[in-house]
Amino acid sequence: MRRLLSCLFLLLAVPVAAQDEGIVAGLSQNRVAIDATFVGSEILVFGAVKRETPIPEGELGVIVVIEGPSGPVTVRRKERIAGIWVNSDSVVVNDAPAFYAIATSGPFDDVLNEEANKARLVSIDESVWIMDRADRDDEKAFADAVIRIREEEGLYSLAEETVLLAEETLFSTAVTLPSNLVEGLYSARIYLTREGNVVSDHISYVSVHKVGLERWIYNLAHDLPLVYGLLSLAIAIAAGYLASTAFRLFSRG
Amino acid sequence: MQIYLPIAEVSVNAFLLFGLGGIVGILSGMFGVGGGFLMTPLLFMIGIPPAVAVATGTNQIVASSISGVLAHLKRKTVDLKMGLVLLSGGLVGAGLGVQLFAYLRSIGQVDLLVTLSYVVFLGIIGFLMLVESVRALLRSRRMAAPKRRKHNWVHALPFKTKFRTSGLYISAIPPILVGFSVGVLAAIMGVGGGFIMVPAMIYILGMPTKVVVGTSLFQIIFVAAFTTLMHAWENHTVDLGLAVLLIVGGVIGAQVGARIGLRIKAEQTRILLALLVVGVCLNLAMDLLLEPDELYSIGREG
Repeated sequence: MRRLLSCLFLLLAVPVAAQDEGIVAGLSQNRVAIDATFVGSEILVFGAVKRETPIPEGELGVIVVIEGPSGPVTVRRKERIAGIWVNSDSVVVNDAPAFYAIATSGPFDDVLNEEANKARLVSIDESVWIMDRADRDDEKAFADAVIRIREEEGLYSLAEETVLLAEETLFSTAVTLPSNLVEGLYSARIYLTREGNVVSDHISYVSVHKVGLERWIYNLAHDLPLVYGLLSLAIAIAAGYLASTAFRLFSRG
Repeated sequence: MQIYLPIAEVSVNAFLLFGLGGIVGILSGMFGVGGGFLMTPLLFMIGIPPAVAVATGTNQIVASSISGVLAHLKRKTVDLKMGLVLLSGGLVGAGLGVQLFAYLRSIGQVDLLVTLSYVVFLGIIGFLMLVESVRALLRSRRMAAPKRRKHNWVHALPFKTKFRTSGLYISAIPPILVGFSVGVLAAIMGVGGGFIMVPAMIYILGMPTKVVVGTSLFQIIFVAAFTTLMHAWENHTVDLGLAVLLIVGGVIGAQVGARIGLRIKAEQTRILLALLVVGVCLNLAMDLLLEPDELYSIGREG
């Protein structure tokens, strides 16, 4: 939502500069199917720099950002009250992506300058966002906690110097998708930078969804919860009965 | 072998789940506890989201309890009449408990309440059982036949009913009250409630240990089935993939457990159960008392 607004703002504020360099890019897959044996996946992002003019001056950088569906989360903080640790404070983080992986061709701060990062919301802490409120001053700590916890879970990552750049033209990188992935539309953003300034960008999408039995179970649980509950019970009852009968036959024979 | 769970949305090792189901099933068959108080924390530990762990745990309890109760029925160690009386109180209690749970969730702090009730109840019950069973063990070593027919307030109430299998002639009011309170607690704590039911049957109702296990399993089936349906209906948090893996391990375990339970002495069974209960209690108490590594936690969407 905020990203959309900021893009809109950029479009209105900055007249589209004539680009000397553009991006031609592709993904190894634009759909990821989650089935019963899903253990994670890998997306290969590759492409080339398209230019009609001679190679311009300045250090060339490439940033690849894979971002999962975004939404609000509630973050709680524990505090010691009467000797025990309990959840006391909570803050709603208005916008936190379910997955966020950054790959760069060099050190992040060299490839993208501060101003461009703020404008394009590239780094992890720019993407986790709390609506400003006057009554608290420690909100940052809650947003930081989201980042810390999700980094721990392998959902957020910054991999510097993992985009391979050849002859200032060809680039490629592989982004690992962990097994604890949620469904939804993932975006793959690619930024081309010169001396830390963005000279071109490109976006494409990857759809992540459940298939087969996983899909069927998930849909049934949400569309027909009563049927699903009864089915779960029927399986439990049948399994309990079968095991009992099987063991009785065993111990007799 | 890794398996992706459709509702929990995580990938876990199938054999790990199978083994977990098996171990909890063995305990279930041996002690007549559904095993929820062990299963739920264990599922948290391997990374299943709490809501899914609680709901799916109850589904697994249905299966292992049925498997266990059938083994006990063959042995005529189920007091059906007592079971039905307990159950009548239990279902009312569970219904009320689910409402209470929803209310506590709406004002937050439901996690704290669940952990605290675990610590308090497991602590009290575990300690009492440990003291009592050690005493009983010492007594049975000294004398050949311990005779203990206590006459307490339970025997002074009206509506006296004969429970033949248990060899009891007591009022129907205490079993209904026991069933009711266990039902409330079971719904709040997301378990079958056997670990509270079993000691209550032994120490409050004075039922013989042999009958207690089968009877407890019998009524747990219905309380757990009710809870599973409620979770599937209201929260969509029952994971069939997870349930099937736990169930396969659980039903086999329950059969093995029921046979082990026959071999060892009742007093020993009680000491083991008491130690287990105290152990889980201490483990949970640590979580409350020690400073956690991560003070923050992420809840489901705001």
